[in-house]
Amino acid sequence: MPETFRIQVNGVEHSVTADGDTPLLYVLRNDLGLNGPKFGCGLEQCGACTAIVGAEAIRTCVFPLSAVGSAPVVTLEGLGTVEEPHPLQKAFIAEQAAQCGYCINGMIMTAKALLDRNPRPTRTEIRQALARNLCRCGTHLRIVRAIENAAKGAVP
Amino acid sequence: MRPGSNARRTGRTYSRRQFGQAAAGIVLFFSMRPGAILGQSAPGGLPADLKANRRLDSWLRINAEGNIEVFTGKVELGQGNLTALAQIAAEELDVAFERVRMRPVDTSHSPDESYTAGSASIQAGGSALGYAAANARAILLELAAAKLGVPIGSLTVDDGVISSSGAANRVTYWQLASETPLARNAGNDVPLKSTSKYRIVGTSVPRLDIPAKLTGGEAYVQDMRVPGMLFGRVVRPPSYGARLSAFDDTAVKALPGVVSVVRDGRFLGVVARREEQALAARAVLQRAATWTTRSELPDDARLAHFLRASTDARVTTVSSRSPGPNTPQAVKTLTGNYFKPYVAHASIGPSCALAAVSDRILTVWSHTQGPYQLRIDLAKATGLALDNIRVIHAQGSGCYGHNGADDVALDAALLSRAVDGAPVKVQWMRDDEFGWEPFGSAMAMTVQAKLAGDGSIVDWQYDLWSDSFNMRPGLPGGVNLLAAWHLAQPFQATPPSEIPLPSGGADRNAVPYYDFPSQRITEHFLPTLPIRVSALRSLGAFGNAFAVESFMDELAETVGADPVEYRLRHLRDDRAKAVIRAVADRAHWQPGAKGDGTRGRGISFLRYESVKTYVALVADIVVDRTAGVIRVERMTAAADAGLIVTPDGISNQIEGSIIQGTSWALKEAVRFDRERITSRDWASYPILSFPEVPEIDIVLLNRPDLPSLGAGEAALPPVPAAIANAFFNATGKRLRDLPFGRDRVKAALT
Ligand code: FES
Ligand code: FES
Repeated sequence: MPETFRIQVNGVEHSVTADGDTPLLYVLRNDLGLNGPKFGCGLEQCGACTAIVGAEAIRTCVFPLSAVGSAPVVTLEGLGTVEEPHPLQKAFIAEQAAQCGYCINGMIMTAKALLDRNPRPTRTEIRQALARNLCRCGTHLRIVRAIENAAKGAVP
Repeated sequence: MRPGSNARRTGRTYSRRQFGQAAAGIVLFFSMRPGAILGQSAPGGLPADLKANRRLDSWLRINAEGNIEVFTGKVELGQGNLTALAQIAAEELDVAFERVRMRPVDTSHSPDESYTAGSASIQAGGSALGYAAANARAILLELAAAKLGVPIGSLTVDDGVISSSGAANRVTYWQLASETPLARNAGNDVPLKSTSKYRIVGTSVPRLDIPAKLTGGEAYVQDMRVPGMLFGRVVRPPSYGARLSAFDDTAVKALPGVVSVVRDGRFLGVVARREEQALAARAVLQRAATWTTRSELPDDARLAHFLRASTDARVTTVSSRSPGPNTPQAVKTLTGNYFKPYVAHASIGPSCALAAVSDRILTVWSHTQGPYQLRIDLAKATGLALDNIRVIHAQGSGCYGHNGADDVALDAALLSRAVDGAPVKVQWMRDDEFGWEPFGSAMAMTVQAKLAGDGSIVDWQYDLWSDSFNMRPGLPGGVNLLAAWHLAQPFQATPPSEIPLPSGGADRNAVPYYDFPSQRITEHFLPTLPIRVSALRSLGAFGNAFAVESFMDELAETVGADPVEYRLRHLRDDRAKAVIRAVADRAHWQPGAKGDGTRGRGISFLRYESVKTYVALVADIVVDRTAGVIRVERMTAAADAGLIVTPDGISNQIEGSIIQGTSWALKEAVRFDRERITSRDWASYPILSFPEVPEIDIVLLNRPDLPSLGAGEAALPPVPAAIANAFFNATGKRLRDLPFGRDRVKAALT
């Protein structure tokens, strides 16, 4: 049965009418018109759909709308814009760390959650944090470098 | 430049100055001398793509607002194609790069440039666009000369401002725009800019498509939303040949939001108002259908045997050379059998399309590699005239060849039709993608070599069994779109055929680059295998290079030679020798060094398609003998792609190829039982993960005086042999079947 939920996304309150078990991904994409979180598998296996809910990087393809509650949701759009990119986005652009780019939402959002809890991760810690994020284009090493640079504040 | 001086190491940090280098995207230029691209037309002739689309305004439009719209027939596949093409247009027109607006391919007006696949086809697109732009510039100068009353020869252009050295008067492209000067055909008498004057081509500019992709912009077809858009999902049969024996859609129709349930033969789909409703309806629809399946697939565990035993093979001799009078006597004969399984494209984003019908025109937004080719097959499958179909390119997830992109376009068209042409966006689910995409063909290879007393190879016999690598849409004699085969009035796929050498299909790089006095390469082409296949990155080169380079290693070891020296001994081409020496140098190769049971290193070499880029790799691996796991710690690569224009661009491509190749080598095989494909998700089709990705060190050999060669996927095929040879070096055991998963590694070690 559709219900109305109030959720806070990228600092703005929204009211959404949908079934409570609707995966958050579809609410973000279709009700709120956000493009950052992507459908990759719907199975919690790839990370393309990642957004931050509360303080955690969450796989929104399986995370029900009803579970969001009052936790703030941050998507890729909530980090920065083309004109004013977040340091992570800046670092990814500087490193041109995208081939097709479809996986990159998941990489940046997972990295954001990582840096929030561990501002100076080692390369191994970065690789571990991304262990469940898949990239098919082989952009891995650039992604890791971009995150290292962002952590070091090494991006002009 | 000294070989190796251009080396770049991964894990470096970028300074501000290096930003431009990192901003590669320049798939086109990383390996091509700009002049070689633009200057490639035959004397007096136009580039083929321009000849086929001669009207200049089908390529370019100059707008009064001060920008240039560029229409290309090439599409962005996530490698920076459009950025590279924008550079060419800006260069030949003498305008700032920022003024160029690249328009995606739209069959209602874009030039038809066939598929975008491989660097060669972008090369063609760049050449045509460059000539068109040069033509446009000449026309604008002619107009300006008349306006300003000065001779053309006195005019110069600076960012679209045309002025004469002697006169104060000036006129801009943007002022001339209203005179629609480009409504004419391209001529072939216009000189191209001399490469020494290039300002934009050959420099690294940040890719145009990246900022939107990193900030949540509308970058992909998946992100498209139009008013009144509905969501579609398909339900595929459980197996290729399954028959629909019972179907009751009452329960599906009763679900909230369901607008239509579609059944045409064994094509099933659902259209709903909200996406999650379409998903729920799909799940119920799956249960509403009863299928009859049959045993139709080979035994997965004995696939190599199945390929070799096929009675349907078309056998051709790909290459043969008879021994000369001075060929030494053979004293020893060795044989090796190798196998490569079916490999999936496995795009991260499942295929997606948006379709709508209005004014009797079916419009489809698709991430196809060939919008015009897709349109041909859409017309056949829907019965619409070509003119009533419009295909517009919109980007998708990386495809690496022919994946489900085209198929889902027909799905969307069929579902839109079922709801009176309302816009319907269809995205495949993960299991649709794995279960139904056309895989890269499985291959079996047998090599037999004869050795002379001095250890050199005197005869090489090679047999290859495989299927097609080209079942793309738009080919004559059938329809290569999945849903078309499932309709009540089904269409047939086109008859498979082999791609001619040197490019080749299954036989790409089947002919070794080594110089043997006698050889025969035989292809057993198997066009009637039951598993769906088509183009996947590097086609047959992956399997062939695995066999050739593994066997070279084995022969070297048999005669007690060092694998580096043994390869050099059999090569005539100095550039080939140079990349092998360069990689050995860079990796501090020690002749005769043995692994210690767990650590080892191996080398392999390839000249891609026998006429393109040279690559040599050294893999450093660690074997966990208990777990049966190979970890590739480092890959050192040396490449000679002729003149290097943007080193970072080529490094980027090599890096991507090595990572994907390592994934294929260690992990990937499409699984199936006797009825159906069983690799349906990332758990049943694992790929390389971040902790498993090797560090990569690349040496680029610059050849400033030699033409640039395509390089996109050249580093992929040599990967598995480098790993297998490293495994032998570590453990003394050979791995001859891909992939090198736990079972194979453990079996090899016992
Ligand atoms: S789409 Fe959510 S993890 Fe893959
Ligand atoms: S950049 Fe294409 S999947 Fe990661």
